[in-house]
Amino acid sequence: MKVLEHPARTVKPQGIGARVLRKEDQRHLQGKGNFIGNMTMPELNEVAFLRSPLAHARITDMRVPKEGAGRIFLRTDMPDALDIIADSTLPTYQVSAIPPLAHDKVRYVGELVAMAYAPTRAEAEDLTELVEVDYDDLPVYVDTDSAMKATGDFIHDEWKDNTFVTLKADTNFDELASQAEVVVKQKVSLGRQCMLPMEGMAVLAYWDHQADQLVVYAGTQVPHLVRTGLAEFLDMPQEQIRVISPDVGGGFGYKCILQREELCVAWLAKTFKKPFRYMEDRREHLIAGAVTREHDYEVTAYANKRGKVLALEATITINGGAYSVWPFTTGLEAGQAVGNLPGPYAFRGYRCTTRAVATNKPPFMPYRGVARTGVCFAIELTMNAIAREVGREDWEIRFENLVTPEQMPYVNVTNKHLDGGDYPASLRRALEMIDIEGIRARQQKGSPDGRLIGVGVGTYTEQSAHGTSVFASWGTPLVPGFDQAFVRITPDGGLEVRAGIHSHGQGMETSFAQIANDVLGIDFSRIKLVHGDTDRTPYSSGTYASRSLVMSGGAVASACKQLVPRMRKIAAHLLKSNDAAALEFRDGRFFAAGGAQGGGESSVSIADVAEAWYLKPHLLPVDVDTGGLEISVGYKTKVDTGAFTYCSQAAVVAVDPHTGQIEILDYVVVEDCGIMVNPMIVEGQCIGGIAQGIGTAFYEETPYDEFGQPLASTLADYVMPGATEVPNIRFDHFETPSPNTEFGAKGVGEGGGIAPPAVLFGAVNNALQGLGVEMTQTPLTPHRLLTAIEAARHSGENSSTGTTGK
Amino acid sequence: MKAAKFEYERAGSLAAALDLLHDESVVVKAMGGSQSLGPMLNLRLARPAKVVDVSALPELRTVTEAGGRIRVGGAVTHAEIEDGVFPLLAGHMMQSVAERIAYRAVRNRGTVGGSLAHADPAADWVLATTALGAQVEIAAPGGQTRMVNMPEFMIGAYTTELGAGELIAAVHVPKMSPGTRWGYYKFCRKTGEFAEASCSAFFDPSTQTARIAVGALDGAPQYLDELAARVAEQGAAAIDRDAIHAAVKAIMPEKSEVDRGLFVTVVERCLRQALDA
Repeated sequence: MKVLEHPARTVKPQGIGARVLRKEDQRHLQGKGNFIGNMTMPELNEVAFLRSPLAHARITDMRVPKEGAGRIFLRTDMPDALDIIADSTLPTYQVSAIPPLAHDKVRYVGELVAMAYAPTRAEAEDLTELVEVDYDDLPVYVDTDSAMKATGDFIHDEWKDNTFVTLKADTNFDELASQAEVVVKQKVSLGRQCMLPMEGMAVLAYWDHQADQLVVYAGTQVPHLVRTGLAEFLDMPQEQIRVISPDVGGGFGYKCILQREELCVAWLAKTFKKPFRYMEDRREHLIAGAVTREHDYEVTAYANKRGKVLALEATITINGGAYSVWPFTTGLEAGQAVGNLPGPYAFRGYRCTTRAVATNKPPFMPYRGVARTGVCFAIELTMNAIAREVGREDWEIRFENLVTPEQMPYVNVTNKHLDGGDYPASLRRALEMIDIEGIRARQQKGSPDGRLIGVGVGTYTEQSAHGTSVFASWGTPLVPGFDQAFVRITPDGGLEVRAGIHSHGQGMETSFAQIANDVLGIDFSRIKLVHGDTDRTPYSSGTYASRSLVMSGGAVASACKQLVPRMRKIAAHLLKSNDAAALEFRDGRFFAAGGAQGGGESSVSIADVAEAWYLKPHLLPVDVDTGGLEISVGYKTKVDTGAFTYCSQAAVVAVDPHTGQIEILDYVVVEDCGIMVNPMIVEGQCIGGIAQGIGTAFYEETPYDEFGQPLASTLADYVMPGATEVPNIRFDHFETPSPNTEFGAKGVGEGGGIAPPAVLFGAVNNALQGLGVEMTQTPLTPHRLLTAIEAARHSGENSSTGTTGK
Repeated sequence: MKAAKFEYERAGSLAAALDLLHDESVVVKAMGGSQSLGPMLNLRLARPAKVVDVSALPELRTVTEAGGRIRVGGAVTHAEIEDGVFPLLAGHMMQSVAERIAYRAVRNRGTVGGSLAHADPAADWVLATTALGAQVEIAAPGGQTRMVNMPEFMIGAYTTELGAGELIAAVHVPKMSPGTRWGYYKFCRKTGEFAEASCSAFFDPSTQTARIAVGALDGAPQYLDELAARVAEQGAAAIDRDAIHAAVKAIMPEKSEVDRGLFVTVVERCLRQALDA
């Protein structure tokens, strides 16, 4: 483990920095998790939806047969459920309304049209088949070009065109571009894909008569946001809704919004005061959940002869699907794209136009990494193109352009406050780990099996835990603010922590316990995190944007710290000391200064203090803090523009030019997420992100035909990386503490998913350089690779889906 | 999605199964390991009124010698062949093919008969039995059986010679004699998926048998007879990319050069594997 600029610190065995095994894994490895699919309840009915078979059509009539009455529902049966509307204050933004069920139009294949319930899912599906719908076809917009060119028949009739929003950046561009000696153009594109959490969307709602409350079990990342959304769109007071997120089998962004299905099932429970459940199956997800990653980039870099970029111009087009989701809106993806394209680079001239365009595909949702995967892919391939143009190595161009440690803290050309770290050192270390000299030598020798070896690199920043000011600038209807955490010491010295985030794979039951242990010294096994239940936890906007550990964990740390003075006062009294400040607090005990005093003990534990407060109050000092041994605290980082984790990754691939098969021979990661609370969890998050990044790079895509029909609706056609496709990943960690967070940590959950397409395409293009092939479109399927090789062989010169400067 | 309603019957004997399948009033389908039929039921692509489970029929669960060949019962699973449960198939080409079919979970239930009856052009048994020159033993209502050669048994994608109410009782494959050389090579996008191009070769000098079969086509696998004869005669010297290309082009004239190239590679690697070249 490499530690940079960091004062020596001892890692407590269960505290911050320890590789403690996760509490969560105990139940998950034994199949004892509490998922919505496991729940049983008397009178529970299963819900099925009829989904649109067409991508764009007007609904002219809908008929429900008599035997379906009372069990089959259309939009007109739900007047008290409002359309989901995600507005934004971004200029040019056009607002769209998502009805719980479609009524006048359908806008993508898979859109909800009707719902039915029955004792079993199969019977509910039988009922949906009874609904008859008449459609009038409308022109289908599959690609952004045709959508942008439309002059009528817009996806949203009241809009002036098919564009959600257009964002622009323009800083010092003309002057700096004019100084360029080299101009390089690069085009890249990413295919549309699904997120495919292992557990699909799931919701179970019922009416609790005792609490007079609608209870909604939702497999969500954001229980408090879902509660707010349900209250708004069911027009109910918030305290009459309780949202509980139990164990959730992965979210990745698919579950950080309010889904129509959640609203529909909640409405059923509210209306009939009975329990209803809906579980999205794999086919539904592959059809209606093809919601992400689809971006096109045209980048022009203006550089000097050494490859140092002076100015960058870009046009980014996001295939936004049919609606803007609540609460993050399509503006989030656009804002992230235009703001993060410069990444870790220091260039000062920038001009960018980013458009999110409406199409007849499922509504765009932010997936792990959000726009940063696409922008990293675009900028890194541009850097590689510069390298070829000026005749230098890919990584030499990075060193010309990366923000240096001497420049930190650095406000970049899009006003990102890069808070510290050594970006070039992380790349140097990655090159060292991948044995770049050895790879180059191996490439010279050639491979006995005829495969072509290539190496690729990528460096990125991951804006994490960005807060109020950033989301406010993106104009979203809900903006994260202070995260609240509640901590309570129990009568026998244990600790209950309640936080409004929701851990659905990030291991927060473990990391938050480590944080509390670090501050209070209470044994890790005695610290319990309660999360996911809006009735039992304080408000937080939830788990997304790699924010939970920093924001909510920070609140936990802050709350724990604020309990210490209260305990100190009680402890001093128990120790018969009149100098509370002189006591030493260490390992969960208060020690009297200079040993035992006047017949008393020399130390008392937190448990002793708790016993006094709860059970033996006659032992308490007269001026005891009546707040007791519990406290709820709101917390924000000192600077809320985000804590910038950074990372360099490198990979070696072997390409079989006869089959198009690519094997990843080695993959290294050098990441700096500040002080790591649990290095094992950090690595787990990175590995998971990289696996998904490999999926984006090589395997996953939902193609569409010209009628907007999705062509990969089962896992036979939608290929995901499995155990044999994800290599062993090797790590090194830097720990440059964040100056702005409670214990110097930064967020890291998304980062793994940002760089792999850039790194792997860099490696494949390096391998194929001799064949004059450059790949620039995800996923890099064997067929696309073989086609490019064949085309290059025919034309005899550069042939690819992108062009480089001449 | 969940399957539409159907009746499920588990037959205790071949005769009982044939009886149940011979129902002209409703659509009845036989179910082996349900690894092909199951997904079709669950996607509501197949909606039989009745499903007859034949996976436990004792007559279909044996592997015996018959007329100098090996008779593999239709309800033997891929996993049983992979694991060498039946001594007659231990070390056989079929064992090597079996261990690469889909995933172990699929192999635990999938059956040889079920795979051949489903007739997916990219299926491993479809190709392997074609290279082996196997025969399919079909049981008809009333107890008669008839034999149909592979690949003629497969008329086209998902279409076979099986008539209404008929069942695959077994498939008959040759034994491996000491001089036998065989190869099996498939290209999949990832481990466990269906092949995008595949080839199986079988050479037995003692019976002057030479077969190269290409699979994952639009319909049944096809032989490359001329190339097979040349390889039998000249050995590794006949493994020439241009010659292979000509042979492949002849069976897929309409495909693109890129698609053909993949098949050429697959055939070449299969042959090198067979001849240890």
